[in-house]
Amino acid sequence: MPLVAANTGDCMTSASLTTPPDAPLIIAGRSFESRLLVGTGKYKDMAETQAAIEASGAQIVTVAVRRTNIGQNPDEPNLLDVISPEKYTILPNTAGCYNAEEAVRTCRLARELLDGHDLVKLEVLADQKTLFPNVVETLKAAEVLIKDGFKVMVYTSDDPIIARQLADMGCVAVMPLAGLIGSGLGICNPYNLRIILEEAQVPVLVDAGVGTASDATIAMELGCAAVLMNTAIAHAQQPVLMAQAMKHAIIAGRQAYLAGRMPRKLYAQASSPLDGLIR
Amino acid sequence: MGALFVNRSCPMQITLNGQPHTLAQALSVAELLTQLALTGKRVAVELNQEIVPRSAHATTLLADGDQVEVVHAIGGG
Repeated sequence: MPLVAANTGDCMTSASLTTPPDAPLIIAGRSFESRLLVGTGKYKDMAETQAAIEASGAQIVTVAVRRTNIGQNPDEPNLLDVISPEKYTILPNTAGCYNAEEAVRTCRLARELLDGHDLVKLEVLADQKTLFPNVVETLKAAEVLIKDGFKVMVYTSDDPIIARQLADMGCVAVMPLAGLIGSGLGICNPYNLRIILEEAQVPVLVDAGVGTASDATIAMELGCAAVLMNTAIAHAQQPVLMAQAMKHAIIAGRQAYLAGRMPRKLYAQASSPLDGLIR
Repeated sequence: MGALFVNRSCPMQITLNGQPHTLAQALSVAELLTQLALTGKRVAVELNQEIVPRSAHATTLLADGDQVEVVHAIGGG
């Protein structure tokens, strides 16, 4: 039995009167209502991918670029027929690239694939065990891509100095990891994220590491502009339900950030007035 | 880039997505995609590490020894 307040209508009205509208997320001059970005990897099939993406409310969706199967499955559904570029902002990634050259090549193929679409997620990895970013190669690739006209959203470590350099060179968003890709360990170093956020000149998104809804909320409460996730939804027991949970978690965290949390106190402070107590 | 003038009747060997691939005769990129049943599909083509824009598929001829990559979008984070 769902719990429904009798005066739901009134509550909604008063809430909407007192809640200031949030500014949209703006990346490379494009404006988005949703602050949740989702990946399309690791799902059981295309139908589950589509249902989870839909449930997440995400408007920006990442894809990978890979060799087409030659003559194996000509009728295999194409991801871009399911996740249509007309409906979503497709964010091609450079996952699997281990040097700047591979990453730049992948971005150029992606731009051709998407008819000149220039927004890309740059990630240059360092090793397979950690999938930690290789920041030296990332910086090199970012420079080439920006010169070539790409709008670069860049996956990086939670090093505030590197994050600053990437923003200074012209990346349109800086996306530090919260934890290792696919680890689900959550926000491993909130203090570094706070430093990155404090001096952010471009949107800062947490990319990677989120495991469950509360992790996404914490990222947003810290002041992140948005969160990008894949495995936390795709490898949940029920991906579509988790996609919905993440949508709400992002909204909750964003609203809590805008509302401003109460100060932490060591000792109790009664919520009920002491005046008029029956003695 | 593929040569513009080639003898179209000779069989030729190219590398397609990292695999050796024999063409019975010289083909354009567009003709190769037709053979592969990829016409109209959302793919991008690279020839010897240079992008072949869709508008140039019909006019870009493949030559012996060419390295061709045909890519598409798949699920990824």
